[in-house]
Amino acid sequence: MTSEIENIKTRFGEGIFQVAVRNERRVTLTVDKEKIVDIAGYLYHEFHWRFIIASALESNKGIEIFYHFSNDSSGLILNLKVILDKEKTEIESLTCLFEASSWIEREMHEILGINFLHHPNLEKLISDGNWAEGVYPYRKEPS
Amino acid sequence: MSKIIPIGPYHPLQEEPELFKLYCEGEIVKDIKWETGYNHRGIEKLSQSRTFDQVFFLVERICGICSTSHPFAFANCMEEIAGIEVPDRAKYIRTIIAELERIHSHLLWVGLAGHFLGYNTVFMWAWKYREPVLDLFEMITGNRNSYAMFKIGGVRRDIENNKITRIKETLDLVKKKTDLLAGAVMDDPVIHARTKGVGILTKEDIVNYGAVGPVARASGVAIDVRHDDPYAAYPLVNWKVITAQSGDVFAKAEVRLLEMYESISIIDQCLARLKKEKEGETEIVVKEVPEGIGTGHAEAPRGEVFHFVKTDGSNYPVRHKIRAPSYVNIATFRKSCVGQTISDATLSLAAVDPCYCCTERMAYAFDVETGKKIYNGNELLALSQSKTEAIIKRIKTEL
Amino acid sequence: MGFKEYCFKKSLWLFHFGGASCNNCDIEILDCLTPRYDVERFGMQLVGSIRHADVLLVNGSINRRDKARLLDLYHQAPKPILVVAIGACGCTGGIFAEGDTFAGPVDKIIPVDAYIPGCPPKPEAILAGIVKLLNKK
Repeated sequence: MTSEIENIKTRFGEGIFQVAVRNERRVTLTVDKEKIVDIAGYLYHEFHWRFIIASALESNKGIEIFYHFSNDSSGLILNLKVILDKEKTEIESLTCLFEASSWIEREMHEILGINFLHHPNLEKLISDGNWAEGVYPYRKEPS
Repeated sequence: MSKIIPIGPYHPLQEEPELFKLYCEGEIVKDIKWETGYNHRGIEKLSQSRTFDQVFFLVERICGICSTSHPFAFANCMEEIAGIEVPDRAKYIRTIIAELERIHSHLLWVGLAGHFLGYNTVFMWAWKYREPVLDLFEMITGNRNSYAMFKIGGVRRDIENNKITRIKETLDLVKKKTDLLAGAVMDDPVIHARTKGVGILTKEDIVNYGAVGPVARASGVAIDVRHDDPYAAYPLVNWKVITAQSGDVFAKAEVRLLEMYESISIIDQCLARLKKEKEGETEIVVKEVPEGIGTGHAEAPRGEVFHFVKTDGSNYPVRHKIRAPSYVNIATFRKSCVGQTISDATLSLAAVDPCYCCTERMAYAFDVETGKKIYNGNELLALSQSKTEAIIKRIKTEL
Repeated sequence: MGFKEYCFKKSLWLFHFGGASCNNCDIEILDCLTPRYDVERFGMQLVGSIRHADVLLVNGSINRRDKARLLDLYHQAPKPILVVAIGACGCTGGIFAEGDTFAGPVDKIIPVDAYIPGCPPKPEAILAGIVKLLNKK
């Protein structure tokens, strides 16, 4: 495990629920959703890691979002995983940190109905004319 | 009075073609907005109903021009989940295919950039010398595009040793013609006048928007997945990451042209190593894929392609997230176009990657108040081309 | 000679509409214009407006958002017009036919005169398709 991961762990001790290290270059941290802006900001401002993209999916535990960061000097990909309650799919937007998350948050809003708080422009991105508002095609069918 | 000039919506790039609305006052672009969704095919959703072997054919058809980079990233991703290492011969073949693709994609871009500038000769020549590269693909894989070469654990077809001579001959030809094109672009005072200082992206912009590929490298941000997180045969051969500092359209052209030489050199080295490997050892059999998550990326001609897959031990992905490079690069238009004239804005849009069809077919300028059409695609292109002509005249008189 | 044959006797001007495509067919259509294939020797030329066109080339799967645009274009086209569906996606929807937003194939939306299959069709196939279309009685 690299020193940066240790650094994050000590700094955000309570906010990190789980650390999964696949190998030197692939690490997944499950973090507290309340702390996501702090942690992402720390990665971006202190380490200058690049935000690649975020992936969202629905699982048994709720709605999971993976924020993928890349450390371009060592090739490390860090996944920050947060789990949202299915009943209350809200999380702070990362657009206050960087523009790169603007589109993907709009997209996740459309496909899974996640509400990004304080996003400047949470309009439709891809769904206009393709599927109706309030339909979330990537959610599992209610059984 | 502000006017809206829509460019789009059919942007022939990756998943999302878009409609750009340029808000103009007079000649100057004041703001830019975009709409997407015209090319949404639901690939991520479709992928969940495909077996891992079938997904390769699906992701190949995300983008026709870089139809190896998506399977490449997906293969990296799946091999990470399965924890396997492909044979050396497969690594070299994968690298050769990816680099050949980079050459044909960059040639395509050079041609289109020439077309935007009003240099149709460059367009015709670049595309003419792109054909031999496509012929190589046809010889190796059986198709000019969409090569179907990748599978989990290796490649589907071998490059037999008797084909190596023909590949080398073609590369020699392409190298000569690249010299010619590079000379034509780098030494031309008109191209300098038209592209230098246009569409500048600073390092801060690149970091803020998370831009990747030649767009980032032209602004002095040396990110290249092949170098940062080496995969396939890239750590086994010698090459360097090309960067430029100025971040304008000229720098982007320079980076792409010089990258072609690196690609040719990479292929040469791979071919030399390929001769030493035993023919036919191109894959290892993968029986099953365990449960887990995987992230894989690869450097496409346009930048980093990123795939994220979650598996549950079955034959299908549970979730497959794909990020194409243009997804982040296109967002930089807000920085590169605002404050420029309309004729430079089209060039700045083209510099990120060609958008031939959209400017050619679908760009119209509407007067906001009357709704009357002002420019259509050809006229917009003509505007850009007439500016080049004016510069030619000026330079001639100065001489 | 009927009216239709009379209309298509001389140089054909093409208008190209790419739906939700992967860009492969678009590039192969453009390839037809470049020195190796050079369709301009037959008087064929890509034009920027549908109002000037004799042939509408459609490629790519058509999603719901594109559908209205394609219909608009067809209504704006001067008649008679020939419609050519290019590529597997244009002909049938191809690999994207099972997608959520698929609204095609093209022949469900507008009448199609010729189909050129392939993924992507080679430039030779596109040329051959158009020649066959012209010789159709």
